[in-house]
Amino acid sequence: MKTIGFIIQKEFKQIFRNKGMLPIIFVMPMVQLLILANAATFEIKNIKFAYLDNDRTPTSRALLEKFNASTYFNVLTDYASGKKANSAMLNGDVDVVLEIPPYFERDLIKEKQNILGLTINAIDGATAGVESVYVSQIIQSFNKNLRTELMQVSDNSVKPVQITTIPSFWYNETLNYKTFMVPGILVLLVTMITLFLSGMNIVREKEIGTLEQINVTPILKREFIIGKLFPFWIIGMGLLTIGLIIAKLIFDIPIVGSLALMYAYTSVYIFVVLGIGLFISNFTDTQQQAMFIAWFFMVIFILMSGLFTPIESMPKWAQAITEFNPIKYFVEVMRMVMLKGSSFTDILPQFAKTLVYAFIMNGLAVWSYKKQE
Amino acid sequence: MKQFRGFVIKEFYHIFRDKRSLFILFGMPVAQILLFGFAITNEINNVDIAVLDHSKDATTEEIINSISASEYFSIDQFIEREADIETVFKQGKVKAVLNIEKDFSQKLIKEGKAYVQIITDATDPNTANTIFNYVTAILQKYQSTQNKSTEFPYQIVAQTRMVYNPELKGVFMFVPGVMTIILMLVSAMMTSISITREKELGTMEILLVSPLKPFQVIVGKVVPYIFLSVINAIVIVVLSIFIFKMPVEGSLFLLGLESILFIVTALALGILISSIAQTQQTAMMISLMGLMLPVILLSGFIFPISSMPVILQIISNIVPAKWFIIIIKGIMLKGVGLWFIWKETLILLGMTVFFIGLSVKKYKIRLE
Repeated sequence: MKTIGFIIQKEFKQIFRNKGMLPIIFVMPMVQLLILANAATFEIKNIKFAYLDNDRTPTSRALLEKFNASTYFNVLTDYASGKKANSAMLNGDVDVVLEIPPYFERDLIKEKQNILGLTINAIDGATAGVESVYVSQIIQSFNKNLRTELMQVSDNSVKPVQITTIPSFWYNETLNYKTFMVPGILVLLVTMITLFLSGMNIVREKEIGTLEQINVTPILKREFIIGKLFPFWIIGMGLLTIGLIIAKLIFDIPIVGSLALMYAYTSVYIFVVLGIGLFISNFTDTQQQAMFIAWFFMVIFILMSGLFTPIESMPKWAQAITEFNPIKYFVEVMRMVMLKGSSFTDILPQFAKTLVYAFIMNGLAVWSYKKQE
Repeated sequence: MKQFRGFVIKEFYHIFRDKRSLFILFGMPVAQILLFGFAITNEINNVDIAVLDHSKDATTEEIINSISASEYFSIDQFIEREADIETVFKQGKVKAVLNIEKDFSQKLIKEGKAYVQIITDATDPNTANTIFNYVTAILQKYQSTQNKSTEFPYQIVAQTRMVYNPELKGVFMFVPGVMTIILMLVSAMMTSISITREKELGTMEILLVSPLKPFQVIVGKVVPYIFLSVINAIVIVVLSIFIFKMPVEGSLFLLGLESILFIVTALALGILISSIAQTQQTAMMISLMGLMLPVILLSGFIFPISSMPVILQIISNIVPAKWFIIIIKGIMLKGVGLWFIWKETLILLGMTVFFIGLSVKKYKIRLE
């Protein structure tokens, strides 16, 4: 037990001695949390919208006025020709172009229908889909107005049916995406710091040659591993605490559930990450190799965590892969406990899986650490 | 010049000797692009929902069927009581609950109006909003089939043309993004590590007393990595063309040149990092921690920049990845020539010059 204490003391000294590292460990993640939590929104607004009005009648102007009034669209300009609009789209100046055909008003009154041309930059398919929905919503409400203006009230013999949908957004009524993103990004930052630090740690001693010195001492394998893990565990918990304070004070994120449960889960979770880090460390010869591998897993963990893109939309085999993604569980638990107030029984599946994961990874880390070459 | 060549050859030896790093260097981007190309999409489908049907009549059954028939939703369970809504959300099993009011079809026939409440788990607001819009669209479609006999006059329809990506494939969005992340992080990380490594192991002193000028030492360090990154870029482009059927509408040659430019920008950033950092650990933490999330979030890779707060839109301008993503999408999907992307190209060029200038100024010829 005393030996472990000394190793921990040594590790802490090494971490705090390097003045260049301290801001990277503690300040950079928090700055990123403050800035990046604002970036992650799928809410689509300020759509770059332009039009070609070949009709120039009161009706066409009334329609365009509807777009002007909408907060989703940022109506930029009126293009004289389709060619100009096309080139603006290539340039990236506009994303949506509405073309009103010549004789729009005349034909509408004569034939009781008309067709508008709509061109959408669809490189981002999901955004394009939403943009098209917004446009058709505006056109539909314009249609409705037209009917009341132009239609005689008499031909209303058959009543059309109408199904109305009422939204009810639970746990986050205003659809504030920061409520979702701040805990998520905090999870990513805690994971990144602990994984990178632990992944580099033993391999660094290997590379510099100090590991051999430790190997000839009577320190036991598990003492060594525990002594190595503990300081990073403290750092991870510290980061979580600072992050939660920022979430509460600056972003005003509600913390509905039990803080104790969150800390209990996190304390187990960090062991999973540290176990992975040490495992990587044991299997590599240089810090460079260790970091490449840690980076590889980190990118996969981040993009397949369900934080930025939904997991349900992935193909079945990819969903199976996410079962091995610790970040996925952490994001789920944070969201459930913090925002919904889920209890221990609700998060039991995640908790159990994380616990098993922690045992396996740390077992592997101890097993793969060899004192002799 | 001969000395310089010798130095570059030494660097290549260093790289090729480390078989494991080399394997990681080439294997990982391939694995990632394949994994993400197939797996990631920001569309939603197969979302699990629950139904609380208070009416249980023929109309509601039709509605529920039309929802479960869509690829977006799969019905996970039927619940009986309002109180169960809370339970299923807390367990995290479903993302939305469809609450259908009592006497639904009677009301629809008598009053011409009926309500469906869509309760969503808005802890993920993006998905919640999309779910609401999709359910509404499905119900509207159902409604219009019911109203066929009473077709409205005065109908304006928009004929939509989805340009550059008519099938709305998510891959078109993600492949350029993943390519950018890989090139950016690998290039910046590799150079920053290789220079600080020499510092940490003490071999930098030997290089500094050699007849090579400091400038040549730096360039010599970077040249092999340009070579490796270009191979990576080629592999990624080939994969995206043949496996994900990404079109290259524009010139492949221009795409190559722009990729080299971006690689050089990333390498220059790596040199800058190494001139600040003293140990490999610091260098790696800066290049990994400092670059990973900003490159993913502020480059327009996943989240549209135009929707961000104004301050972040301004900050995003200093992220090189943002400009490269615009360039790749322009060349591959829109088929534009240099005429349309000269501005972005110039910005990347300017950043490169800036990074190199700053690191030359910071570069110390003597070690403390």
